[in-house]
Amino acid sequence: MESESKRKKESPNTAELAVTASFPDEVLEIVLSLLTSHRDRSSVSLVCKDWYRAERWSRTQVFIGNCYSVSPEILTRRFPNIRSVTLKGKPRFSDFNLVPPNWGADIHAWLVAFAAKYPFLEELRLKRMAVSDESLEFLASNFPNFKLLSLLSCDGFSTDGLAAIATHCKNLTELDIQENGIEDSSGSWLSCFPESFTSLEVLNFANLTSEVNTDALERLVSRCKSLKVLKVNKSISLEQLQRLLVRAPQLEELGTGSFLQDLTARPYADLESAFNNCKNIHTLSGLWEAVPLYLPALYNSCANLTFLNLSYTALQSGEFAKLVVHCPRLRRLWVLDTVEDKGLEAVGSNCPLLEELRVFPADPFDEEIIHGVTEEGFVAVSFGCRRLHYVLYFCRQMTNAAVATIVQNCPNFTHFRLCIMTPGLPDYLTNEPMDEAFGAVVKTCSKLQRLSVSGLLTDLTFEYIGKYAKNLETLSVAFAGRSDRGMQCVLEGCPKLRKLEIRDCPFGNEALLSGLEKYESMRSLWMSACNVTMNACRRLAKQMPRLNVEVMKEDGSDDSQADKVYIYRTVAGPRRDAPPSVLTL
Amino acid sequence: MEALGLNMGFEETELRLGLPGNRVRSEGEGSRKRGFSETVDLKLNLSSKDTSEKVKSFQKEKHPLPRATDPPAKPPAKTQVVGWPPVRSFRKNMLGVVQKSSGEESDMAGGNNAAFVKVSMDGAPYLRKVDLRMYNTYKDLYDALGKMFSSFTIGNCGSQGMKDFMNESKLMDLLNGSDYVPTYEDKDGDWMLVGDVPWGMFVESCKRLRIVKGTEAIGLAPRAMEKCKNRR
Repeated sequence: MESESKRKKESPNTAELAVTASFPDEVLEIVLSLLTSHRDRSSVSLVCKDWYRAERWSRTQVFIGNCYSVSPEILTRRFPNIRSVTLKGKPRFSDFNLVPPNWGADIHAWLVAFAAKYPFLEELRLKRMAVSDESLEFLASNFPNFKLLSLLSCDGFSTDGLAAIATHCKNLTELDIQENGIEDSSGSWLSCFPESFTSLEVLNFANLTSEVNTDALERLVSRCKSLKVLKVNKSISLEQLQRLLVRAPQLEELGTGSFLQDLTARPYADLESAFNNCKNIHTLSGLWEAVPLYLPALYNSCANLTFLNLSYTALQSGEFAKLVVHCPRLRRLWVLDTVEDKGLEAVGSNCPLLEELRVFPADPFDEEIIHGVTEEGFVAVSFGCRRLHYVLYFCRQMTNAAVATIVQNCPNFTHFRLCIMTPGLPDYLTNEPMDEAFGAVVKTCSKLQRLSVSGLLTDLTFEYIGKYAKNLETLSVAFAGRSDRGMQCVLEGCPKLRKLEIRDCPFGNEALLSGLEKYESMRSLWMSACNVTMNACRRLAKQMPRLNVEVMKEDGSDDSQADKVYIYRTVAGPRRDAPPSVLTL
Repeated sequence: MEALGLNMGFEETELRLGLPGNRVRSEGEGSRKRGFSETVDLKLNLSSKDTSEKVKSFQKEKHPLPRATDPPAKPPAKTQVVGWPPVRSFRKNMLGVVQKSSGEESDMAGGNNAAFVKVSMDGAPYLRKVDLRMYNTYKDLYDALGKMFSSFTIGNCGSQGMKDFMNESKLMDLLNGSDYVPTYEDKDGDWMLVGDVPWGMFVESCKRLRIVKGTEAIGLAPRAMEKCKNRR
């Protein structure tokens, strides 16, 4: 659609030019409203003033990757008709406690602006934002058409806020609460959905811990005939799950509760039959505390599974292998490393369609634990699953040769996130740095968008990245590199780089300042525990007024060192809500 | 004693890795960031209520693993590093799947060695069986028992003497006060109060569980205390 309109505009034929000159805005808006990709829309808005105008009137969804890159006022001024907002707040390292509390990213100011300018707002998706109960109550009371709330990795609210949403949002279709720092005081929020409420299609409260009223849940599930996604929490037993399944055979995504319960023969048969009756389930998660005994109840349901999330279930290799045999259509798999290499071998043998694998560590902090997965498991998967393009792999050892084999088998990686859990660990067979491993990745995987490196790495890794990773957008670096040259190679070499996060590396001022213009084409840069000084940050801030340069100070550290630096481009100027520990230069 | 005195004097001149102005740490480990151990405790936010685990991590800080890697990024021992490995705090807290009892490496290697014990509750018409290896803390066990005997509630199993341990580890937060007390028969055939010993030790020594009415458990406490003293 877009290219057609563009071609018309560029034609040298005067008659056609006359046509486009009187091309009514309304028609243009209709055409543009069919564009959904944010990047396409950004491009379109740059063509000319007419198109900018048409685009801004027709845009209904907006995605803001850094909530401080723009202000609510600027947003609402430019786009008058927004129905759906996605906002991301804190730097990603806040997930790992590297960002001070009260850092910011509070949603409230945005909600106030939206209440005035977007009273018909329908969808809100938040990631790493600070959300209070007051904000949730405000949201529930000010947007009568509100349909979709998704909170991922947010914090600051409690189940009281959820109660407000359940009580007041009469048109709610989706409530998706994932991995948040939520104060879970009680499960009574679920009972707040009125008996007249039937519109729910997605309900995910898997990561809450309080018990909910199971009668209320059953009634809710019964009357919401369009419910497609149900992910319950640990407090729901197998028997209760069975009753829910019987009431919602149309489910497509299921997150079970606790899979641990002493079931006698009859309830087990009922459970199995309930699962068999749900013929549309393609995504399965939960399975808290799964006992191998009851997993066979799932076997028939697994035939059509495309996404299996076992990342909260500590299955051993044997029982996992038995389960995976039944999942030939699997495309995405998340597991704990308790399944070990043997479990991953079973994946390689049984899941030829696999595209995404995430292996999480069951016990990341205990050095005495010597189990988990090694390079062998990863290699085994790569031989069996040639379509693999997304991997997140936590392991305790790796070799250059293994990674080279892996990318040879799977050259289509778009996301390669390898975490060798001991910082600075070399190839355990050759004792060499892991440079060649990541060299192989960037040389072979031309579509690579996201890379996380680990292990012992010299500047050579970064030379490789700068030279070959031409599509790289996100790079995460920890405990790596030898000198400023490493970071410089990346800044000079990766044209599409948008997010760079670095911790505990010997990169200093020269490296920081070599990226001056680059940072304006990026979303953000994070550097912590490196060798950057306050003076360098001040120089950077002075020379680049369109960047916000924020330094987070640690208590009692040297005044001249910039312990944690967060730099991002913005049209909104320096922010005014930073806590005292964050200095804006 | 003399050696100590000598060391005290030289401390200030000792060469260390780290930024100028760093406070000298008594552990003797030059580190880039001050207050690492404090930050670890606060920020790693290890929510396991098992105090022995915290003790273990402190001890590790005093003796970090030696590294043969090149400078300048001196990689510290894992437990010292804030936010590493990069696992979301939320995920860390939700994973109650790790068995922390000592000397269990062989168990892990051997796979699932089940530890089924019979569970009886006074007044209940039937017994149940639980696999103690499915749980990692007393709280997990109580939750499971609570579900099994859902028409009863498990009582506050601290006599006055046990309260300190209970309060510290907050195991009793979710349990209502009532008349029932969990006890167990150990390898020696003695009936003990559940909750006295570290979880791992309990799993190894527990032969069967009995949830008794509170009145009968009162006499249990002094004997249990005595036995624990003998153990230590």
